[in-house]
Amino acid sequence: MSTTTIALPEVSTASRPFTLLLHDWVTTVDHKSLGLLYIVYALLFLVVGGIEAIIMRLQLIRAHNDLVSPQVFNRMFTMHGTTMIFFVAMPLLFGFANYLVPLMIGARDMAFPRLNAFSFWMTALGGLFLYFSFLGGDGLYGAGGAPDVGWFAYAPLTAKTFSVGHSTDFWTLSLLVSGMGSIGTAINIIATILCMRCPGMTLGKMPLLGWLNLTMAALVILAMSPLTAAQVMLVVDRYLGGHFFDTQAGGSAVLWMHFFWIFGHPEVYVLVIPAFAFASEIIPVFSRKAIFGYPVMVLATLGIAFISVSVWAHHMFTVGMSSGANTFFVLSTMAIAVPTGIKIFNWLATMWGGKIRFATPMLFCVAFLFQFLLAGLTGVTLAVAPFDWQLGNSYYVVAHFHYVIVGGILFTSFAAFYYWFPKVSGKMYNEPFGKLHFWLFLIGFHLTFDFMHIPGLLGMPRRIYTYEPGRGWDIWNLIVTIGVVFQAAGILVFLGNLIWSYFRGKPAGNDPWDAWTLEWSTSSPPPAYNYAVIPTVRSRRPLWDLKHPEDPDWRYE
Amino acid sequence: MSPTNIFTPASTPAESIFGLSIFVSVTVTAIFVVVFTLLAYAVVKFRKKRHDDCSEPAQVYGSIQVELAWTIIPILIVVALSLASARAIASIQDAGPPPGALEVIVTGHQYWWEYRYPALNIITANELHVPVSDRAHPTPTFLTLLSADTDHSFWVPRLAGKTDLIPNHPNRMWIDPHESGLFLGQCAQYCGTQHAKMLLRVYVQPRNDFDRWVQKQQQLPPGATQSAALSPGRRVFEATACVNCHTVSGTPAKGLFGPDLTHLMTRDTIASGAAPNTPQMLRLWIKNPDAIKPGSKMPAMGLSDPDLDALTAYLDTLH
Amino acid sequence: MSTVSVGLHQRSLDWRLPSRGRVGMWCLIGAETAIFTIFVVAYLFYIGKSVSGPQPKDVLHAPIFYSICLLASSLTIHIAVRKLVTGNIAAFARWWLLTIILGGTFLYGTAREWVHLIFDEGLTVSTNLFGTTYYSLVGLHAFHVTMGLLALSVVAVFYFAAKLRHEHAERLEILSMYWHFVDAVWVVVFTVVYVAGV
Repeated sequence: MSTTTIALPEVSTASRPFTLLLHDWVTTVDHKSLGLLYIVYALLFLVVGGIEAIIMRLQLIRAHNDLVSPQVFNRMFTMHGTTMIFFVAMPLLFGFANYLVPLMIGARDMAFPRLNAFSFWMTALGGLFLYFSFLGGDGLYGAGGAPDVGWFAYAPLTAKTFSVGHSTDFWTLSLLVSGMGSIGTAINIIATILCMRCPGMTLGKMPLLGWLNLTMAALVILAMSPLTAAQVMLVVDRYLGGHFFDTQAGGSAVLWMHFFWIFGHPEVYVLVIPAFAFASEIIPVFSRKAIFGYPVMVLATLGIAFISVSVWAHHMFTVGMSSGANTFFVLSTMAIAVPTGIKIFNWLATMWGGKIRFATPMLFCVAFLFQFLLAGLTGVTLAVAPFDWQLGNSYYVVAHFHYVIVGGILFTSFAAFYYWFPKVSGKMYNEPFGKLHFWLFLIGFHLTFDFMHIPGLLGMPRRIYTYEPGRGWDIWNLIVTIGVVFQAAGILVFLGNLIWSYFRGKPAGNDPWDAWTLEWSTSSPPPAYNYAVIPTVRSRRPLWDLKHPEDPDWRYE
Repeated sequence: MSPTNIFTPASTPAESIFGLSIFVSVTVTAIFVVVFTLLAYAVVKFRKKRHDDCSEPAQVYGSIQVELAWTIIPILIVVALSLASARAIASIQDAGPPPGALEVIVTGHQYWWEYRYPALNIITANELHVPVSDRAHPTPTFLTLLSADTDHSFWVPRLAGKTDLIPNHPNRMWIDPHESGLFLGQCAQYCGTQHAKMLLRVYVQPRNDFDRWVQKQQQLPPGATQSAALSPGRRVFEATACVNCHTVSGTPAKGLFGPDLTHLMTRDTIASGAAPNTPQMLRLWIKNPDAIKPGSKMPAMGLSDPDLDALTAYLDTLH
Repeated sequence: MSTVSVGLHQRSLDWRLPSRGRVGMWCLIGAETAIFTIFVVAYLFYIGKSVSGPQPKDVLHAPIFYSICLLASSLTIHIAVRKLVTGNIAAFARWWLLTIILGGTFLYGTAREWVHLIFDEGLTVSTNLFGTTYYSLVGLHAFHVTMGLLALSVVAVFYFAAKLRHEHAERLEILSMYWHFVDAVWVVVFTVVYVAGV
């Protein structure tokens, strides 16, 4: 073991004219720049999707409210769902994967840098295209307004007969375009992880984040392709007069449901597996212990991915499948609780016996554990088909999947933001404001989504722009809306903290968390080439080995 | 108390679901309490102490025994829950109609419900009437679910779980309410602009009341037996586009796109439950449907005030 | 000049990882397989469900000759790549051009079949479910053949510009994986459309 010092050429830090800077960002093929573009893009759309949610919550604050028309409300929930899934969650997680995967496996870039840039711009333009639908406006006949068919766009509502004009075309074409971008990124992530690891990093010594993103990318390929195929069919129906989902010519509405959910359910795991990846990196560092049961964590991830492609029809318990099919999907859906439970227990065991430091990233991860536990358990109640006949398509389901997506994915994403912010910016974020963000968002989250379960149990279906008084729903909807205020305040503190810390934060140094994975061995922010010398590793925690030469990990692995 | 609470079942399918849901809820609550306690304990117990020596804690890499334990126990729980679900699925889904069951064909339309009783030769809309089913001698009602346009879902929480109405894909469900009264619900599958006001009203009546209702529905209403010459409202109705969409039995009005109006006045509500069936609301509904249900398929007829009054008076005779 | 310290274990070890081109192509093939699977499922699901219009058994004739052309092109592209690996560029070019001709012949066959169906039988995408699913599935495959032919032609252009060398063998091998995939898909499409569907 030797520490060598090598000289590097000075990089000019003089400010460049704006046009040149813009040119740099548009033409970049660097995985870190593209990762940041993805993340900034996702944050912009997070604000847009959040505003749509606020409009919906204000409309539902009391019975028979008339803040917005039904047409506007229907557009809001369609755009909110589509935006949050395809243009916030996916780009955000792809952005982190882009930024972190090459750094953590000791590579200098992704396997296909130009494909990477292409994929980003496909996703970005897909999102912008979706929002062009607003510009069509109502005044021009047939020119659209935003899509209003719901984010899973059940046939035959999307047929020309029921959706005249072009709003549905905007929806389907934007998902087609961004879907191709997603497939490109997935191919890139797989090739990067399989072909670009630094010497010594066998698959068994790769950080869990690598394994989880590998699984995520494989699921994107399995899930996104059917969606793309189904969108092509919808385009054939709408533009060429095809009959795939035309129920008047013998087409099947149920076929669309199958195709959509064959994408839709693995998609949940596409989003949640990278969230698991953040938790799997952050919890050990702040507990000061190695991850508990690394091989089991890998197997559980693969198990989740494997089972997740056979559970899609649990979204369709109410469409009248045979009792045999219903029973099969009950069993397969519940089976997924087993590997998911294993993961929660392994994180718990990682914390057990550690010395837990409650910095902001860890706070978000601990909240994630509690919330994901509850989300998983409400998921089990929904997996029981007869119970789902009552709960399906009610506010209980809405509360459940927001518990997964906000309570699970968004919370761990916030953890990831705070954890890697020093690495990306070279500056430390403001810790008191980070904690303020955490508590505001925690309170808002629980006010909104805990109480959202209740109107579902009292018979309130989703996607209604107003409701009748006297059903016992009013008070719960009021509380849910109040929670939104706290969440919005939390987001503002978060964005303010990011911007302020970027300009005014204290220098962070290379390794502010005393962490163990490779990205903390290079400078903050990392140079364009990541590593002056490609590192060689002998264990899953190369920096632990370096810091504890008397007791390195590779003795035990 | 909410009239649509899923935990106050009044019909066998809803009761089976309720029983199963209690079993499932108790199980998941128990799991939640155990894991929550462990997590809370770890968070409190293993937080870094104020006067810590800054040494690293003992590194533990895993344990096969522990992993096996928290794999096998969940598997057993999953199997138990699945078996319970399978039993409930079969008991609800595979039950066939006993003799004496009432058959109703439900057709979902964009923002309203059509009910046909083929054996009784009745067609009505939006308000479903069924007899009470005695536990000893059950007289359940079996619903065949169809759709005329997009997907809908029939959900009256106190009577049964929801089942979708999908074009080209007939579905079945059944209810056997054990108590009389009005049961509420609404469309539970997004079907278009006015999905929110596609409300469901199920009137469960004692046998005698139900039979009287049936008898009434099978007769022609006074308005249809009167000569058209005597009713200026009927002339308006039959001379305008009303007849393109609405049927009044015994008259030339034979439209099928909108609700059957033959016995309109026997219904408590109009516009699929969106407004009470009063002359004022009926007049407003004809004059400006968007005032009650913006985006519904009912067009504003653009009638003069005298025509509107006459038309409302004619509709008032359809009972 | 700034400096960084490099403290990680420096040790030369035998470190080989799979080629990223090959892995990328396998992933692409995986994604394409999923897309074709959905189209094949839709085709199978709608067999016999058309409410009107020409039925498959009345209008479809299995394009045996053109199918043989396409399958043979898999063999010729394989030989072409082998020739390039051994450095025989002239032989490579002959087999490569033959592949392009065979692929082109197949596309011509598809075009003729479509002209016949559209103008003689009156079957279009909007005629009935059979038309919709048939043109979509066969068209999707033809689209992939077209993409493949474009890629093969680009290589041919490089050959005629005398820019093609021995070291490009691996890239062409990866391209040939795509071509083999397109051929394999045809076997499935053929079975579904001309055997199971009639």
